[in-house]
This record gives sequence, C-alpha cells and structure tokens, in this order.
Amino acid sequence: MTATSESVSISQTPGIAWRKQTRFALIGALSSAFVALAGMPVGLDRRSIVYPVLSMGYLSLLWIPFVLASLAGSETVLEGMTARTRGKKDLLAGGLVGFGSASGLALLMLLIQNFDLRDPLVNWSPQLLNLLAFNQPLAVGMFLWLAFGSALGLLGGAMHVLPKKIRSHIRNVVLTVLAVSVLETFLTDLLEGFGLEILTDYIYYKRGGLEIVGALLVAALALLLPLLVGTKLTDAKQKVVSLPADERRRVNLVLLAASAAALFVLPFFLGKITNELLANVGLFVLLALGLNIVVGLAGILDLGYVAFFAVGGYTTAVLTSPNSPGFSPELPWPVALIIVILLTGLVGLFIGAPVIRMRGDYLAIVTLGFGEIIRLLFLSDWLSGWFGGAQGITNIPGVNVGIATVKGTDPRSVFLLVLVFCAIAVYVSWRLENSRLGRAWMAIREDEDVAEAMGVNTTNTKLMAFVVGAVLASFSGAIFSAKVGSIFPSSFLMLVSIIILVVVIVGGMGNITGVIVGALVLIGVLGGPKQPGLLQEFSQFKLLIYGALLVWMMLKRPEGLVPNVRRTRELHQEEFLQDAWLKGEIDTDDQEDPQ
Amino acid sequence: MTMLSIADLSVTFGGLHALKNLQFEVEEGEIVSVIGPNGAGKTTFFNMISGMVTPTAGEIIFEGESLLGLDPSQVTERGIARTFQNVRLFANMTILENVMVAQHCRTHQKVFGALFQTKAFKSEEDAIRKYGEEVLSFFGSRLVGYRLDQPASVLSYANRRRLEIARAMATRPRLLLLDEPVAGMNPRESAELTELIGRLRSEWGFSIVMIEHDMSVVRDVSDRVVVLDHGETIAQGPYNQVANDPKVVEAYLGRPVGSESSTEEIRP
Repeated sequence: MTATSESVSISQTPGIAWRKQTRFALIGALSSAFVALAGMPVGLDRRSIVYPVLSMGYLSLLWIPFVLASLAGSETVLEGMTARTRGKKDLLAGGLVGFGSASGLALLMLLIQNFDLRDPLVNWSPQLLNLLAFNQPLAVGMFLWLAFGSALGLLGGAMHVLPKKIRSHIRNVVLTVLAVSVLETFLTDLLEGFGLEILTDYIYYKRGGLEIVGALLVAALALLLPLLVGTKLTDAKQKVVSLPADERRRVNLVLLAASAAALFVLPFFLGKITNELLANVGLFVLLALGLNIVVGLAGILDLGYVAFFAVGGYTTAVLTSPNSPGFSPELPWPVALIIVILLTGLVGLFIGAPVIRMRGDYLAIVTLGFGEIIRLLFLSDWLSGWFGGAQGITNIPGVNVGIATVKGTDPRSVFLLVLVFCAIAVYVSWRLENSRLGRAWMAIREDEDVAEAMGVNTTNTKLMAFVVGAVLASFSGAIFSAKVGSIFPSSFLMLVSIIILVVVIVGGMGNITGVIVGALVLIGVLGGPKQPGLLQEFSQFKLLIYGALLVWMMLKRPEGLVPNVRRTRELHQEEFLQDAWLKGEIDTDDQEDPQ
Repeated sequence: MTMLSIADLSVTFGGLHALKNLQFEVEEGEIVSVIGPNGAGKTTFFNMISGMVTPTAGEIIFEGESLLGLDPSQVTERGIARTFQNVRLFANMTILENVMVAQHCRTHQKVFGALFQTKAFKSEEDAIRKYGEEVLSFFGSRLVGYRLDQPASVLSYANRRRLEIARAMATRPRLLLLDEPVAGMNPRESAELTELIGRLRSEWGFSIVMIEHDMSVVRDVSDRVVVLDHGETIAQGPYNQVANDPKVVEAYLGRPVGSESSTEEIRP
C-alpha cells in the first residue's frame, strides 16, 4: 500500500523485487490480523455473499492475499521501455505473498489459543478463533488458511501472467458477482418495481446473499455480456466523438435529457428502502456539491461546513414547525426556503468574513471551530428558548406541493424533491465553474497572491464561494428537516463535515460527476453518519472503511474516483509533463512556430 | 505628464532598511529601468508599488491619486500591472484562462449573469475571450492556436515569461512593471523581447518600469536608468551617463580597499 517510489525503481531491475514481495507479505499479515481483531469476520459473518460458501466475514479476510499479491506484482512500465516478461516466478512470488498474509492469521490463531488478551482487545475471543478455524481443530484451520492464502496469492500473481483478455474477464466476473450480491436490496427493490421479482427470488437466498446457482448465473452473464456486446459500446462512443461539434452537442443533449427523464421516473419503480437510501444520498450530493465549490474550486479547506447544513435545517424548523419554542410563524416550506437561503447566505458572510483572511491550516482550524460553535449554540441553554436545546424542534411539517405532501414517511416524494434540488445544484456548479467567478476561484486556488496582484479581489471572491457553498448546504438542511420531521443538535456533529469532505475527496475534488459518484459510493453503499447504506452490516466498521479508503485514495489516486483534469495535472505534474514531452506537446525549443 | 511619482519612500523589515527615502518618477510613455546589485531592494520596490508590501513612510502617487493603503487588486484596477521575477503563472489553468482571469477587474458579471446566461454575460465572456486572444497574439504564434487550451505548465521557460507579460497586459494597465523580463532567456530571445518591450510602448501605449540585469536590454530599450543600492537611489539618468558613474561601478564591482567613498556609512 505504501510503494509508490518502489514501483518506479523496480522497473529498472530485470528480476522480481523480492524485498518488495516480502514487504507486501508482511503488510498482508498485519492487515489480516488487524481486520480479524477489528471484529470484521465475526461482525460480518451473518451476511452471505454466496450462500452458503462465502460470507462477508470471510471475504473481509480473503481479499487480502489476492489483492496484495496482485499489488506486489504490479510494476510501472515507463514509456519506451518493454515490460519484463512474466513467468512462473511471478506465480511463486504471488503465492509467497499470499502465504505470508495467511501466516499472519495462522499466528494470530495460535496466539488466541494460548493467551487471553480479551481485556484490551474486545474481539480476542473464542468465537473469532472458531470462525477462523472454520469450526475445525486449530491445526486444520491453520493449514486451511495457509492453503487458501497461498492459492489466492498465486491467483493474484497470476493476474500478471495471464493474457490481458482473460484477466479482464476474471475481474469482470468477480466484481459483478460481488456487486450483484452487495446491491441485493437495491436490485430486489428495482426489479420488484418492474414486476420481475421472480428473477431476484431465484438468484438470492432468502436471508441475504446469492445462491450458488444464482452466483453461477450472474458469473456466466458477466462473462457472456462483454462477448455479446463486444466493442459496440466503444464504437458508438467513438462515433459520437467523431461527429461535428454541433451535432455532438445535440446527441449529448438528447442523452442528458434521456438520463434526466429516467432519473425522475426511477423513483416510481423503487421501493421504500431504496427511495429512502437515494434520498439520503441526494442530501449528501447537495452538501458535497456545495463543499466542492468551496474546497474544490476556490481551494478553501472548510472543515466546519456542517454549520450551514445546521443553519438551513434549524431555520426551516423554526419557520415551519408549530412546536418551535420561541418564534413560530408556521410558514409554508417554499416561503421558508427563501428566508432560509437569505439567512444562510448571511451566516456564510458572517462566518466567512473573519475566516477568509486566514490561509491554509489556520483557516481549516478556524472553520472547524465555527462548525462546532454553531452546533453548540443550537444545543445551548442560552438559546434553548428559540431552538429547544437538546430537545430540538419536533413536529416539522412536510412540504406541501399541491398534489402531494413531501414527508419522511413517503421516501419517494422526498427523493423527487431532493432530485430537483440536486439538479439545481449541479446547474449552479456547472455554470459558475465556467464563468468569470469560477476562473477567479481557480486562480485563487492556484496562487492567491498572484490572483490578488492580477486584479482579483480575493476577499470578496472567496466570500462569494463561501456564500454559494452555504446556500447549497442550506437546501440540504431545509429538505432534511422536512424529511425527518424533527431536528436535534446531534444531527450536526463535526463528523458530518468530515464525511462530506471525504465524499468530495474520494469522488474527485472539483468535479461535479466525481462528487455525485463519491456520494453514491460512500453514502449509498457504506452509509452516512447516521443513515444506513446498502451494507447495513458495515455500519459499525463504516468509519474504519472510510478512513482506510481515504488513506488509500491519498496514496494511490489523490485525484479521486472521477478526477478533474486540472487536479490530476496538479497532482501528477511530473508524469503529465513527461507524457506531454513524449507526445511532443511541450515546447523545449523556442523557435517561432512556422505559420 | 508625471504618471507615477514616489516621494521619500521607506520600507523597513525589522531593523533592515529595504528602501530608504526613495524618490522616483515615471513620465507618461516612458520606459525606466531599475538596476542594482542583488539585495538592492528592486523587487521590494515593485512589491510596494503593486500594494503587496506597505511602505513605512512616504507617498506613492499614481495619476494624481495616492496608492497607499490599497490592496494589490485595487492597484491593478487603477492601471498598474506587474510580472514576477520567479514566473508565477496559474500553472494548471490553460493559457487562455490565464489571460482571461487577468481581466477580472475590468469585467463585472457576477453570479446572476452566469446562472441565467444573460445576454450581457455572454457578450462579456466573448469579449474577455477575444481580448485574451488578442493579447496572446502579440507574441506571434507561440501562445495561440492549439496552445490556447493547453495548461501553462507545458510552456517552455521563455514562453512562460511571455505569458506572464501577456497576463499583465490583459489587466489593461497603463503602467507595466516588468520584473526581470528576460531572465533565463538566450541572447536571441532577449533581443526579440527587447523589441517587444519597445512595441508595448509604441503600440499598446504602456509606460514601463523594468527591473533588469541584462545590460544590453537596459541599454537598448530604456529612456532612463535608475540605480538602487542598499535601498537608496545612487544614480539616475540616461544609460550612458549612469553606466559611467563611479558610484554605480563601485556598487556593482566594489571599491578598492582603503579608498574614500561619499556613500559610506555603517549599515544595519
């Protein structure tokens, strides 16, 4: 996991870098033991991936030898150099990494058997030992792990030996089976909406996870589908790209309209759980899009972003709820929203004005402070006459939109409402990014002093980013309080700020699609701070996975899942320049180009 | 007509007098070179005019109004643009965007225009783009064409310097401050840039203050040369006169041990 510099130096040596393999074996051993002691195998054992052979608990350990062996074997091939021919030695190396990883577990089993460390380590239990030993005697279990580990490591090593085509098939099949199993709730819900529950009933085991037959079916489908579709998709894409500009624009527009229409029709085919889930994702998309403007475009690291979410939520609650303790005008939601937008913008100005004069670390710390201050104000006795203190504000009515009322009990309507606001937020982000203001934000992110010297009033421009971000967060807050129906200070912990930031970073800072993908992956699959995701079993390991994912992303793909071109350039400056140089795009000679 | 006049300007960093009682003037349409050995206070002088450093004492008058207490962006808005000695482009923005963003203080569209794509917004965007391309085409074909959409980081060193000048030009200044515009260029390139600096005055009507170490550039282009040493003006006048001034020679080459000097004093 830590081998950026190593992977470069290897490509110069012809053989296998055994030191690197050893290191990965050790990393594997440690991470296996860590995962086991973190309680993942026991905690996740209930959820099957493929019933009855593979549970998520075992999967939490089994991926380690495979992935690490495959990582240990990967080498960077520089442009113009030929890759080393792979052979049996790579298999051996992979197997050894796998064996090493598994031996960590084996050792752990021995230790659990002989010592009792249950006091500091809660999961140091006979239950874990039993699970690890597959309910067999210890020696058998240890042997099995070593065998499995070596075999999986071998497979990981083989990923570099096999031809590319087979490799991509293996990847397809494995990922599809996992995805279909993990997305069970969503798929069942979706297919039920279309009246196809027979399908899901057939492949899924009734208590979660795929049946073996189902898994085989899905695997076969994953294998066949690319063969059937072949290159048609890429061909079609190529065709669109090669179209003249205005026609391409039209095709893109049609595609956009079609997907938008599909999105707005989708909720009617989904069940309650999925709609609820997607509504939560949408709330976080709104928040993340707002933070993306502040952090991704203007480069202001705001760690207290939850403050604006809270202000939006509380203002809506005070204005609409009959139970609001101090002041209760019981306005309809749309009217309240206008006041919410104005007020949050104002709060953005107030918080921003002192904060914006700081830079870098100082700014981050101060925003963190303001985030907490706002929450503590809502919690305080001093203002409890207005905001209800720890009791919060309850009985917040839904949103009356004429034909229906958007309420938490009807997730479909909430999702539709969220969708509308997400569309607005995407539009705002997109338009602002490509405007005078957006360019000024980018310039500030690149070099604040120079931006100022080039005539950009940095204070005002940064404040503007703060205010726009705050307003987008207030949308989310307003919908949140109408959706939940009650509001408490505990909904606005610092953790929320951090999670929104992680969504933005993992998705791809500065990229609208990236932010949406990030929210879908993190909030949709893993779950938000309080909202369950698709993998409800994961809820106790959510933060662990968030953290691990963040560290891994920072090391391996700091530009995020769906990167912004500019940020990729910034983070991979050297590689980018090298590529440009090889392609002859860089100008080294300073001759005037021939006209 | 006097465009920029600086009177009794001093800057102190702690106990160090970076600039001391500086008197300086630029006439409209003049090209003035500021020279001096390293650490003479030339860049501090620029930083002060452009508002990045606040002077301890003195007055800066630009076109009849004081610049003291203004933010750098306000100074730029008044019509003074600068380049940086160590090229500081917005490296990950495209070449066109670099000159587009520099027109910030000359344009006005805000959130509303961008969101509703008003006519005014669109025509302003077009104007910004067009003027950006116009500025870039001042440097021949180097910064235009396919280069427009490339990030500034792929440019060669000389082209980065050119883009810096283009970016300063895009702010529509009347006074241009060039900090070592030909540093790192080869003789052919610097000769060409010297000519361009002349054209910046004749075609674009900029007055120019330039810090430069390359004496051939200074000789060829400047109307007047000001020599700084240890934060003080030690000589000024036409190039030939300044170049033969004993004090200037001394500042650059040092003086023989034991000889008397009128400027001698103990410096902190």
